[in-house]
Formats: sequence, structure tokens, C-alpha cells
Amino acid sequence: MTPVRAPADLIAAVLGGDRRALARLITRVENRAPDALEALARLHPHTGQAAIIGVTGAPGTGKSTLVNALALALRQRGQTVGIVAVDPTSPFSGGAVLGDRVRMTDLAGDGGVFIRSMASRGSLGGLAAATGDVVRVLDAAGFAIVLVETVGAGQSEVDIARMAHTTVVVDAPGLGDDVQAIKAGILEIADILVVNKTDRPGAQNTVRALRAMLELGHRLRNAGHHGAGLLPAPLEALAVDSWTVPVIETIATEHTGIADVLAALDRHRAHLHGTGEIADRERQRVEAELLARLREALLARLLAAHDPATLAETVRRVVARELDPASAVQALVAAACGDGSAPPA
Amino acid sequence: MTDEKIRVLIAKPGLDGHDRGAKVIARALRDAGMEVIYTGLRQTPEMIAEAALQEDVHVVGLSILSGAHMALIPRILEQLRAAGMDDVLVLVGGIIPDDDIPALREQGVSAVFGPGTNTDNIVRFIRTALAAPSA
Repeated sequence: MTPVRAPADLIAAVLGGDRRALARLITRVENRAPDALEALARLHPHTGQAAIIGVTGAPGTGKSTLVNALALALRQRGQTVGIVAVDPTSPFSGGAVLGDRVRMTDLAGDGGVFIRSMASRGSLGGLAAATGDVVRVLDAAGFAIVLVETVGAGQSEVDIARMAHTTVVVDAPGLGDDVQAIKAGILEIADILVVNKTDRPGAQNTVRALRAMLELGHRLRNAGHHGAGLLPAPLEALAVDSWTVPVIETIATEHTGIADVLAALDRHRAHLHGTGEIADRERQRVEAELLARLREALLARLLAAHDPATLAETVRRVVARELDPASAVQALVAAACGDGSAPPA
Repeated sequence: MTDEKIRVLIAKPGLDGHDRGAKVIARALRDAGMEVIYTGLRQTPEMIAEAALQEDVHVVGLSILSGAHMALIPRILEQLRAAGMDDVLVLVGGIIPDDDIPALREQGVSAVFGPGTNTDNIVRFIRTALAAPSA
């Protein structure tokens, strides 16, 4: 019934603060609609103003409640807040129940807040493939702060560190012993660590374990800096860092400790700008994004270059042990690119 | 390479605290491949319209067991219209007396699903309604 508006109209409306147009454009971006690319290209010059803050952590640690409390506090300072909350898509049905708004009802009725729920739609890094683009739309729409809440993340959903200027990792008491704290992954990406639900038993153990982990981590980071090669290249610059990760205790349901988190966010932002690290992060973010987009575009072209029957036949040969997967891929790439990069089959 | 999903807002307006039915529907629609935004209990008409707008949903599903449907639903429809969301499909579930259904339909509710409705019927209804030329 509602006419689909041309992207030009939609973009002008979004830049002019039309919330309905903003919601519509986000849908088109999320769906990878053909005209969304053009819209994003035209919005690009308007981006780069927002502070992008990632909030990640295991399921049930209180990420949504913390986001709600942080957004309220930011609003009290007069800053506008866009929120992108990602929840997982079912790998079986492709459907999703997105429940983060349940914890964010305090923000209802505030024109300075815009909340959008996103399903991960098959992405495994804790975000959806289009989350970065949706953040960009909110940035262009003029929100001063964009809070990105990841899916309940475990040990390897670290994409958020490449997207956000500041990454907050939320932990809660009783989720694991101090060996969990020294494993690789999500704790390593924290710029700020929050131990939420500190009214629960065992909270001080969690705080202690995290502080001990950070002390170990600092020495390793320095060793990595001089020894080189200890960390994979894409996150290398994140590790070369004079920032001291604070551990902050909160009870988000009661808004306890939120002012401390806000102060830490401000300190981190000042640190990023003061040291010039913000430029490093931006360069790194763009590089990671370009690589991801290249991967997606090349895969699509490669798949389009092959007859589905060829793929099915290749799968059959690998299953029958006539061919191994690595050689099969080399042959498929060589056939599509004609560059002789694979040895003759 | 567009990847369109049916997006549905499931909300419980009013003051009753019984959300089992709403959760059953949310789960069934998820299993049918839809993206369901679940907003929880005690939502005001304003909150529902605002969430529907921000989430750009195709469908708003309302679950009411308190008997306040004749007061709440017209206000929700009005708020949706005011937000420019008059093309959204509004479905109602819960305890709704048969006598009230014609009035609700007339105001813009697309369908009323009472207790015991097979969730497959709801899925089919949504798919059919959204596939119609007006969508």
C-alpha cells in the first residue's frame, strides 16, 4: 500500500530525521536490496561522526540490561543513542526470536533513541553480515552514540572488536573458573571489562580472576609487540596499546556502577583520540571490511561462474574419495579464473 | 541477492501477566522462518507503535487476556496509523468474545485467533496476507 520510495527520497528523509524512513532504509540494507548499495554510497560522506560502542559477553550476563542503563545515562547527558541489538538466527528454520527490547522498555517514548533488533542470519562472528552497514546508517542519521549489542557470545565471536571504537565485554559471577579467564578469545578484545550482577555470590572471585588475567595479558601484549607474530595480523594494532583495561562492577538492573562505565567509555575515547589510535582502528576496520566484502563478492562471482552440476559432481567426487577437498577447491578456482593457479588435476 | 524475511512484532498490551500464549506464537513463527521481535509484558499502545516503526515489521501480533481489548486495540490501531504504519497487518490473540470480533475487524484488525488455534493456520494466514498484491 505504501509506495516504495526511491532511495534519493529515502536518504534525504533519513538525513532529515524521519524515523519511518530510517527504519525502512535499515530494512533495505539488512535485506541487501539492490538499491541499498547506492544508498550506502550516498550516506558514506555523512558517516564517521558517531562513537561506536560494542557490548558483548556470554548469554545471560546482562548485556541488554546494561545497554538499557547506559543509553539512559547517555540520554541524561543529552546525547542521542542508536542501538543495534543482534540475536541469533535458527540454523534450522532461518527464523529468530529477537528479545533484547524486553530489557529496554525504559527507553520507550524517547525521540533521541532508536532501537533496532537484528537477526544474525547465518553469520558466526556474533554480528549479522549487515550490522556494519546498519551502524553506518544510524551514524549518518546523526546519532551521537551507536551501541551495538552482539549475540550472546562465547569464545570466538570477536567481530565486534573490528567494528567498534570501544568494546565492552560483560561477564557475570559463576560462569567459569579462572582457567576460562586465561583462554584466548572474547576477553582479549575488551577495552572495558564489566562484571555485572555483583550482588550475586562469587562476584569478587570473578573480579579477581579477570584482574589477574589482565596482569598476565599485559606482559604478553608487550612480548607480542617486540617478538612480533604472536597475534594474527588483523588485530595486531589492537594489541599494541598503552590502554589499561579497567574492570568495573555493576548491577545493571539497579543502575549501580553505570556512571563508572560511562566514565571509562569517556576515558577510552579520549585515549583513542589522544594517542591517535582512533586512526589506526579506523584503518583496520576499513581493511577488515574491504576484505570481508571482497570475500563475499568473489565467492558470488566464483559460484556464478560454475554450473551447479559441476559443484554437485565435485561434491560427489570428494565424498567418493576420488578427490580431496583442497585440490577440488584449487581446481574450481583455476577453472573460474583461468589463471593456472592450480596444478593440473 | 536480497534476503527478505517476514518480521513480526509480538506484544502484550495492558496489565495481565500471562505471556505463555505470546511465547508459543513467537516460537511457532520463528520455526516458520520469520523474525519475531518479542517485546514482553505491559506494553502501552505508544510503545507498541514505536517498536513496530523502529523494527519496520510487516505484522503486529497482540496478545490480550485481560478483557481490555475493546479499550486497548483501537488506541493501538490509532497509534500505528499516526506513525504511518497503516499498512501493517494486525493480528489479535487471547480471550476475545466472538461478539467483539466484527467490531475489531471493522477497525482494522486482520484476524482474531482464539485459544487452541493451530499455529500452522496463523503462519498460513500471515504468508497469504503478505503475498497479496497490497503488500
